Amino acid sequence: MGPLKKIQYNCRKATFLIEKKQLASLTLREKLELRIHLAGCSICRTFQKQSILINRMVKDMFTNSQHQQFTLDDDYKKQLQDKIDQQLNKN
Amino acid sequence: MQAENKDFNITTDLPINPHQWVSRYADYLYTYALSRLTDEELARDLVQETFLAALERADQFKGSSTEKTWLTAILKYKIVDVYRKKSSQFLHSTDSVSAEKQQEDFFDPDDGHWNVAHRPQAFGIEDQDPFTQSEFTHILQLCMKKLPALWLSVFTMKHMDEEETDAICTALKVTPSNFWVIIHRTKVNLRACLQKNWS
Repeated sequence: MGPLKKIQYNCRKATFLIEKKQLASLTLREKLELRIHLAGCSICRTFQKQSILINRMVKDMFTNSQHQQFTLDDDYKKQLQDKIDQQLNKN
Repeated sequence: MQAENKDFNITTDLPINPHQWVSRYADYLYTYALSRLTDEELARDLVQETFLAALERADQFKGSSTEKTWLTAILKYKIVDVYRKKSSQFLHSTDSVSAEKQQEDFFDPDDGHWNVAHRPQAFGIEDQDPFTQSEFTHILQLCMKKLPALWLSVFTMKHMDEEETDAICTALKVTPSNFWVIIHRTKVNLRACLQKNWS
């Protein structure tokens, strides 16, 4: 089996390249291999769609948590400020 | 000591105001830590450690960044330290073996084909309303918690903090090639977990 023929049937390698592509750049060879594989493999096309969706959701999750703040309870905050003030008074 | 006090007064000589730290930044820093560690107690402790460490290093604050950026940088360093510790525990545990095994099930060891039981199927949420999306996010969070510590650390640093790959490898002591293997396995597992729990 030639190398291009091999990638055509190798979903493990293709999904690896799908991940790499989203975070770094692929070599020309890798790009070609991935394109050939995806052209013939609908399962990996589904994987790719979902992988991109997951990355987007993780990013959204994080941006939302920047808007929607969690809060510490007031007692803990008071203790915390007391500790800081104590530390300041030492100087 | 007296002379030192006169020369160096933390609250007036520096462009920082520790008396306001808790009211201004505690919730922000807590949210920052919690979204990365999903452990309330640990997040709370790190906020405290951050403030105390900042006080000790107050003289190093140059005013070239804002107080908030400076405090966040200190917290971030502490979070990476937590990742590092958790990950090194993981390296010595037997979890790594079972995680490897788990991964092998996804693809045929010989030809790399998807094994039938693990083939991705459509989630069917692409055109759903926002409520469904938030339910989905919730499941995603649960799935992330199930990941081995090292994988979650790598994944979070890359996706939430958009750290450079080199920096992550150095901080967590993984080789670049291992980094990509982890990124790949993490996604294959996360995706499978989502499919399993979304029905």
